[in-house]
Amino acid sequence: MSELDELYQSVILDHNRAPRNFRQLEDATNHAEGRNPLCGDHFDVWLKLDGDVISEAAFLGQGCAISKASASMMTQAVKGKTVEEARALFEKFHGVVTGSGGPAVLPSKLEVFRGVSAFPIRVKCATLSWHAMKQALESTALPTYGHTDIPT
Amino acid sequence: MSPLAAVPPREPRSGRQSHPWDVARVRADFPILNRRVRGKPLVYLDSAATAQKPRAVIDAISAYYETGNANVHRGVHALSQEATTAYERVRELAARFLNATSHSEIIFTAGTTAGINLVAQSYGGSVLRPGDEILVSEMEHHSNIIPWHLVAERAGASVRPIPIMDSGGLDLAAFEQLLGPRTRIVAVTHASNVMGAINPINAIAAMAHEAGAVVVVDGAQSVPHLRVDLQAIDCDFFACSGHKLYGPTGVGLLYGKHHLLEAMPPWQGGGGMIREVLIERSSYAPPPERFEAGTPPIAEVMGLGAALDYVMAWDWEALVGYEQGLVAEASRQIGQIPGVRIMGEGADRVSVLSFMLDGIHPHDAGTVLDTLGIAVRAGHHCAQPLMRRFGVNATLRASFGAYNTLEEVEALVAGLDQARKVLLR
Repeated sequence: MSELDELYQSVILDHNRAPRNFRQLEDATNHAEGRNPLCGDHFDVWLKLDGDVISEAAFLGQGCAISKASASMMTQAVKGKTVEEARALFEKFHGVVTGSGGPAVLPSKLEVFRGVSAFPIRVKCATLSWHAMKQALESTALPTYGHTDIPT
Repeated sequence: MSPLAAVPPREPRSGRQSHPWDVARVRADFPILNRRVRGKPLVYLDSAATAQKPRAVIDAISAYYETGNANVHRGVHALSQEATTAYERVRELAARFLNATSHSEIIFTAGTTAGINLVAQSYGGSVLRPGDEILVSEMEHHSNIIPWHLVAERAGASVRPIPIMDSGGLDLAAFEQLLGPRTRIVAVTHASNVMGAINPINAIAAMAHEAGAVVVVDGAQSVPHLRVDLQAIDCDFFACSGHKLYGPTGVGLLYGKHHLLEAMPPWQGGGGMIREVLIERSSYAPPPERFEAGTPPIAEVMGLGAALDYVMAWDWEALVGYEQGLVAEASRQIGQIPGVRIMGEGADRVSVLSFMLDGIHPHDAGTVLDTLGIAVRAGHHCAQPLMRRFGVNATLRASFGAYNTLEEVEALVAGLDQARKVLLR
């Protein structure tokens, strides 16, 4: 598989075309906005916490195929996870797409993002919604639209 | 009147007949064009971000460091005198290139951004009063918006948008309505860094002057593509960058009409810009030295001099015709792609073209093109108000310089076809 085919696997294109959980969560408990000032892409991420468990996750926004598919699959991946598990998953995902994570194993569905590491300039696309998710876990205030300018 | 006609290319210097543009000869002057990217020959369509450099520029910078390095305007020794003479020669060259009335109207800056900030802080900072207005077009690069925000905030002035039309052209009727007794400054780009659209600066300047405002022009994207004649366009300030004109980064030119510069306070203080310094107070040198505090980017100025020598030897009529041919062909071929939208399609443009592909984010298309060795720009191009005006988040931008070819236009179109295959499957 070429680097390009590995980056744009059909799963990613499918999530880009038909993103899952692509809506505002009316009864969200946590929210953050992820914004990439370099390209103008941005996503709102909403989480609903029941105690320590993320019972719902959703997002809205604009971005490229990589960022949108990543956001879509992020919401699926964190649903049902505890806050600590979601943070741990962030670290693992971040490690894999930046290529700094060593041999970390991701949940199989998220493995499609491994190809991003061959395109350093696109790492921010893949991590945009993940940073917003992590930020949302820190900030329960709603509907404060403070946003985080994401690091890599 | 077409804006292109409003800024006619000047007669070739030697009065010789215009010949077809010899692109092969030009390409041979640019070492980087031999590079391969991701295993493919480089197709560089991002000259609007920064142009590649001819051998002459690279050599001039090396030669300065190898044989001529010394500070300017400082020493009595031979090297310093040589460096000063060479540095001032570039100022003369720049004045001739832009057709300023005098070399003293040319200030060396770090680039277009620095030039506009200088005008905003020094000129704007001294003339703006509460309630005054600065008019800024909707197609401006952030570097011709934010400096005005900074000074307006301090002065209690406001920054108002000059709307643009769907065609990509400035809405001159709306502009006329906006001009009023509170208008102090009109800040417009000569050519859009996104759409390439050329603004009729002489018409804008005439209207602004009638209202008693000065006109500040961002010339970053026009000087590489049009033979700019400052006397003909009659703006008050004009800023451009060396690196988009085949010269080095880190150096630019700011032109200001002499009587305006003469009345302006310094922007930055330091060595080289003084008449006399006491601990309690100081007095300042006349322009242009007044605005060049500290050791300037001397090597970069030498490189810019080589770039000016290089481009001033060109037959500009041939260049303009050639680049217009490239962008027209790109526009024609890209326009045939299903679901494509060219931003500001109706505008007279320099060889810069922005477009959107239905269902494909520009970054994804840009990545596919990159794997084919094709360098384009994808994003908001530091022009978010323009993106908002056209209801998009980002565009793909292809920009063509003196060294680009029709084959490269075709490679771009084939690459876009490939991007659609990969991303719309």
